[in-house]
Amino acid sequence: MAEYETHDFDVIIVGAGGAGLRAAIEAKARGLRTALVCKSLLGKAHTVMAEGGVAAALGNVYPDDSWQVHFRDTMRGGKMLNNWRMAQLHAQESPDRVRELEDWGALFDRTKDGLILQRDFGGHRFARLAHIGDRTGLEMIRTLQQKAVADGIEVFMEVKALRLLRDADGVVSGVVGYWRPSGEFVVFTAKAVVMATGGVGKSWLYTSNSWESTGDGHAMSLWAGADLIDMEAVQFHPTGMVWPLSVRGILVTEGVRGDGGVLRNSDGNRFMFDYIPPMFAAETADSEDEADKWYDDHSAGRRPPELLPRDEVARSINTEVKDGRGSPHGGVFLDIATRRTPEDIRRRLPSMYHQFKELAGVDITAEAMEVGPTCHYIMGGVRVDADSAATTVAGLFAAGEVAGGMHGANRLGGNSLSDLLVFGRRAGIGAAEFASDRTGTVTVDQGQIDSTIDAATAPFDNQGGENPYDIHHELQATMQDLVGIIRTGAELDEALGKLDGLEERARRVSLTGGRRYNPGWNLTTDLPAMLTVSRCTTLGAINRKESRGGHTRDDFPTPDPEMGTLNFVERIPGGRTDGGGVGGTPSIASITVQPEPIPVMPDDLKELLEEAT
Amino acid sequence: MAEETHDTGTGGDVTMRLWRGDESGGEFTDYVMPAQEGEVVLDVIHRVQATQAPDLACRWNCKAGKCGSCSAEINGRPALMCMTRMDTLPPGQAVTVAPMRTFPILRDLVTDVSYNYEVAKRIPPFNPRPKTADEVAAGGYRMQQIDVERSQEFRKCIECFLCQDVCHVIRDHEENKTAFAGPRFFARSAELEMHPLDVNDRRELLQKEQGLGKCNITKCCTEVCPEHIKITDNAIIPLKERVVDASYDPVAWLGRKIRNRTKKTPAEAGATSPATGPAAVQPQFGARGIPEPEPSIAAPAFTATEAAPPVPAPAVDATIEDPPGG
Repeated sequence: MAEYETHDFDVIIVGAGGAGLRAAIEAKARGLRTALVCKSLLGKAHTVMAEGGVAAALGNVYPDDSWQVHFRDTMRGGKMLNNWRMAQLHAQESPDRVRELEDWGALFDRTKDGLILQRDFGGHRFARLAHIGDRTGLEMIRTLQQKAVADGIEVFMEVKALRLLRDADGVVSGVVGYWRPSGEFVVFTAKAVVMATGGVGKSWLYTSNSWESTGDGHAMSLWAGADLIDMEAVQFHPTGMVWPLSVRGILVTEGVRGDGGVLRNSDGNRFMFDYIPPMFAAETADSEDEADKWYDDHSAGRRPPELLPRDEVARSINTEVKDGRGSPHGGVFLDIATRRTPEDIRRRLPSMYHQFKELAGVDITAEAMEVGPTCHYIMGGVRVDADSAATTVAGLFAAGEVAGGMHGANRLGGNSLSDLLVFGRRAGIGAAEFASDRTGTVTVDQGQIDSTIDAATAPFDNQGGENPYDIHHELQATMQDLVGIIRTGAELDEALGKLDGLEERARRVSLTGGRRYNPGWNLTTDLPAMLTVSRCTTLGAINRKESRGGHTRDDFPTPDPEMGTLNFVERIPGGRTDGGGVGGTPSIASITVQPEPIPVMPDDLKELLEEAT
Repeated sequence: MAEETHDTGTGGDVTMRLWRGDESGGEFTDYVMPAQEGEVVLDVIHRVQATQAPDLACRWNCKAGKCGSCSAEINGRPALMCMTRMDTLPPGQAVTVAPMRTFPILRDLVTDVSYNYEVAKRIPPFNPRPKTADEVAAGGYRMQQIDVERSQEFRKCIECFLCQDVCHVIRDHEENKTAFAGPRFFARSAELEMHPLDVNDRRELLQKEQGLGKCNITKCCTEVCPEHIKITDNAIIPLKERVVDASYDPVAWLGRKIRNRTKKTPAEAGATSPATGPAAVQPQFGARGIPEPEPSIAAPAFTATEAAPPVPAPAVDATIEDPPGG
């Protein structure tokens, strides 16, 4: 019989980034016993790395902005695959969510009138991103963290969640995990659970994501019977650092381009003018002269092509490099040095200045940066009800990057921070209402607790097996090479085979040392989720035989209108929770994929999309 | 571009001298790794984990200097492992990495920093003035950029706790932890005190319960701050001056109060904090198990400044009621 401690709450939130904190604040405000469980220390979650800003149609810089235009930009940026209701709620509610942060102490940069300043970003028609220099995520997470502390919300830090627990009726009723510092196991029982675990990027080699982004919430939800959608829709941010190799993938904010930075190839040409897609031709400048007028006055010219949505820019950079017009280290040049004064650059982009100076020895006020695409964000995720953030499993809610639908096939910059706030709050409300309505004593399946703990500790008894770091490195190489920014059917099929092989090897991991703060063990317990999510992305990518947003198929290079009406849904039939896979999880072979129609948009919203391009 | 290579770039080896152990003790262990160009200390530690010591404990998240997780003492100097390039360290010498000394050891390079989270709970939270009619109509508070910038400097803090680690008041005096907030939280209080909207008055709490007077402004905290926040000059000294105003110059204090806004009394401000009073902080994992640095690194670079800056103003001197801690 495994030993563990137990804690009981009304609402448990897994993940303490922006969405988790916002959900906790909301549930707590409704009088529920609320706790946060997070894998790292409080305040270190991936939200902290967001740079450029939070998108909300405040209209402080361009009064013509409105939720309707924000909704339109979001849907077009997502190549119409978005859940329209989520995009609508997001556009309508994000202004209030941003202003609320100010009521809680956030200090955004200001307009001359003393209101929240907004900056330009790709795909947003108006300057819309509220920001603090280029450290907006830090300001957001600190504000929410300090609010959560002030509200007295309990936080269980450095706890790795392993599995969701369900009661006899299949209702989600808790989580089992372990304290990373001590290695001791812990069970949380709750009337409702919110997944807010963020993304999956650590399964790719070059990523802007921290080690935490291993898809835990995607996988735990799937294992508990929830549906995932659009898992093939992975965003490669156009501008990650490429040199030195050790920093390859670290994010370079889109704010550089929003503030006037341009992309050039090895010939010195602003190559983005060669890649303007028909969908955006009407609103994109066709000369440098016109584009340059736009920065100061959006009515003086159309927007520069450097500010096309991220999927377009990332693909264009990829092509330039492939065609031999790249920078010395396999990227392209991002130039702000010749476009803005050193003082402006240091004031508007202090983190970027600091990051290049200290990590690459590059002074961005004097020379161009070398940048290239980096795995950044997954648009796909747990299928949710837009209004309540409820998943397809009773008692389980999801918000933030782990939830799917909001961003369709491609996310616009700045829309994730607003997503966290809008749907974090809604998940908090949804979970609080579910918990309040739930009657009877919460029970969990003892066998599931015991088997999870036994499976988690088994690699310590295994001798001479696999090294978990080797498996992780091979997984990253596989996903980078075969399920990267440009995909083909043959390579995706090859990836499936490799993933099966890696699952087999992951079953044979052996570990040394004890359970106390053992990163080899921590990685071993992350592997089942990484393998699961990688399989889902690959399956979705095989089935989506078209190119749409972040998903590009070299063998199907254009969008297919028919496919544009479908979500690909991954699930484990029967909601199996045990067996076959790694660490007692279901085998990745048990994951199925099938097309289902996306929700149909009402006519009044359709009209918004057709208005004024 | 950053083409310049140093001698770590061309095939040689680098010796990583890493502290291994737990609260009961430990020792430095050498790991020899092939050098690779452009790496930071954290990169090499990751390679040690992947190839030689899979259970080597090391806390990190973003590897981009943004989250403040990977704090350690590198060649005796508190720094972020992810922002310390190998080619900035003396060539041909072992690179020594030890856990932060001020906090209890969990394992290897990881310490128990819960002290900081306990202190955070005792800071009276942000408490804004009501919006004016104009602001309600405009949809949000009006503040000028120049007014928000003072607090924005402190909000750059990534909570790496290197300033707490280097602060002599708690680095050398465990007993002070029960009544000393430390530089990070003086910066937090300064941020709130200078916040254009906040109406709480934290000055008495700062002096009586958070040990502001114990700081003898040696500026070690400023020197190690990876965000280059001028903690001593821009946070601690102005706070000390405000406390002096409150204690010794009621007229100036009253003038400030009338001119600016109505601050809440310390008791009121303290009452809104979820954990009030001088709660003792008990380390989660018992006694400190601080490794002794190697003789070669016994004199950390930052100690050079300890004697340097004299106390600048008599007004500040007057606030030092308690004996300096370090």
